Amino acid sequence: MTATPLSSSQGAGRAGDKIFSGAALAAGCIILAVLFGVALFLVVQAIPALTAPAAEIQGGAGFFAYIWPIVIGTLIAAVIALVIATPIAIGVALFISHFAPRGLAAGLGYVVDLLAAIPSVIYGAWGAAFLAREISPAYNWLAENMGWLPIFQGPASATGKTILTAGIVLSVMVLPIITSLSREIFLQTPKLHEEAALALGATRWEMIKMAVLPFARPGIISAIMLGLGRALGETMAVALVLSSGALTASLITSGNQTIAAEIALNFPEASGLKVSTLIAAGLVLFLITLAVNMIARWIISRHKEFSGAN
Amino acid sequence: MSKRIDVKDLNVYYGDFLAVEDVSINIEAKSVTAFIGPSGCGKSTFLRTLNRMHEVLPGARVEGEVLLDGDNLYGPGVDPVTVRSQIGMVFQRPNPFPTMSIRDNVLAGVKLNNKKISKGEADALVESSLQGANLWNEVKDRLEKPGSGLSGGQQQRLCIARAIAVEPQVILMDEPCSALDPISTLAIEDLINELKDQYTVVIVTHNMQQAARVSDKTAFFNIAGTGKPGKLIEFGNTQNIFSNPTQKATEDYVSGRFG
Repeated sequence: MTATPLSSSQGAGRAGDKIFSGAALAAGCIILAVLFGVALFLVVQAIPALTAPAAEIQGGAGFFAYIWPIVIGTLIAAVIALVIATPIAIGVALFISHFAPRGLAAGLGYVVDLLAAIPSVIYGAWGAAFLAREISPAYNWLAENMGWLPIFQGPASATGKTILTAGIVLSVMVLPIITSLSREIFLQTPKLHEEAALALGATRWEMIKMAVLPFARPGIISAIMLGLGRALGETMAVALVLSSGALTASLITSGNQTIAAEIALNFPEASGLKVSTLIAAGLVLFLITLAVNMIARWIISRHKEFSGAN
Repeated sequence: MSKRIDVKDLNVYYGDFLAVEDVSINIEAKSVTAFIGPSGCGKSTFLRTLNRMHEVLPGARVEGEVLLDGDNLYGPGVDPVTVRSQIGMVFQRPNPFPTMSIRDNVLAGVKLNNKKISKGEADALVESSLQGANLWNEVKDRLEKPGSGLSGGQQQRLCIARAIAVEPQVILMDEPCSALDPISTLAIEDLINELKDQYTVVIVTHNMQQAARVSDKTAFFNIAGTGKPGKLIEFGNTQNIFSNPTQKATEDYVSGRFG
């Protein structure tokens, strides 16, 4: 009987192993290289704008004075979108995963996914041509009755093309992302824990509070952050819907601007230092998105011990 | 605070499929009743009808009566949520809520339906429930730690503590030791012996020695073949079932000749 010596390697299997691990390594490196390349491009191209004399930047007061109103505008639009979309999305996801009869759930899930397939320019056109017109009477009412709140200060925009309208359009656009991710997470709740809650005498809603939502919490946060990413970066819909202008506290007058729409609207005719300024604005948007993602990861990791992963 | 269960002519269905046929059984208060039988004979399915957990699955339904001290659990206007709060259940795999601390796990059932209890009462209840589940000494210094950090046997006793914290009339156990090692199993069996002083206990088990050790009465379920409904073959004192069964099938099963 001849035993296979331990030191001999069996050619073909080992080669396949090496090729696969090499390919996986290369894929990992490419992602890092692309990310690094984009960041490097943004920084290098942005340097002229960051170092130029204040008077040469658009507005004449330096890059900081130029960027901060549109940073605030971007955040306002994104926050409006999330405030509207998150409760609706979680409600729809819960309805599909735990309340709807099976046939209806499948159909509804399909319709929600379909919402994500609509191109953003169509949302923009709908928002500008239809929603803005239809919603302006509501803005007038808000200005008259709630005008003492700074965010509803009049006079309301006659066209309805305001940051609030843009936020509402964005909320419709992020709704499918948050809904379908939340639904997937809700469906993964272990039956074991749902039955534990029901067997204790929990109603359906109490079971959801006790077993489903705590289990799904990190997933919901991730879903919201992905929605936020889309809302922050969305360009076309905002560019079409918003009648942009200087930063204002009121959400129902024309004014405010987002970074993405600012870049899109100005880039085609820009040259020289103006291009650099817009790229620097892009760098700021990149950093905001990065910060949002890191905060989300931190929130998730803070509760790791209780996550059910162990 | 324990009640008896009388089942009359119960048929259990999954959709159109008859899973358990025509079971009538009387379960005494403050005793341990064991259900034994081969896999797929419907003993777990039948157990789940006793606290209306069966109907959680889509299409599942029952015909017949389950009387808890004379009140029909399936009568008109009976809310399954109320039934389940009076008849506790312990599952095959330990299932403490992973996002809750040990303390919150014990209080989970009590806090349902927006019942408010003071911190002092809650502390006392946590201690007495964990004492009742023989777990207090092991966890009293880490009540705020997650329940999922305990060993399997400790988790199962935590689930028992959670079940007895709501002071149920009956405790149902669906193969509570099948995922546990022998030492943890022994701890649970000791606990079952203590629980029957206060509660009516019904336990499903695959382990015949376990049924012989812990139960006062034993019910043997069997199935004629795949696709046929499970039936209650014989029900009597545990000693009689194991040493002197009246049915041939029971004798074959408990002596290990099939199943």
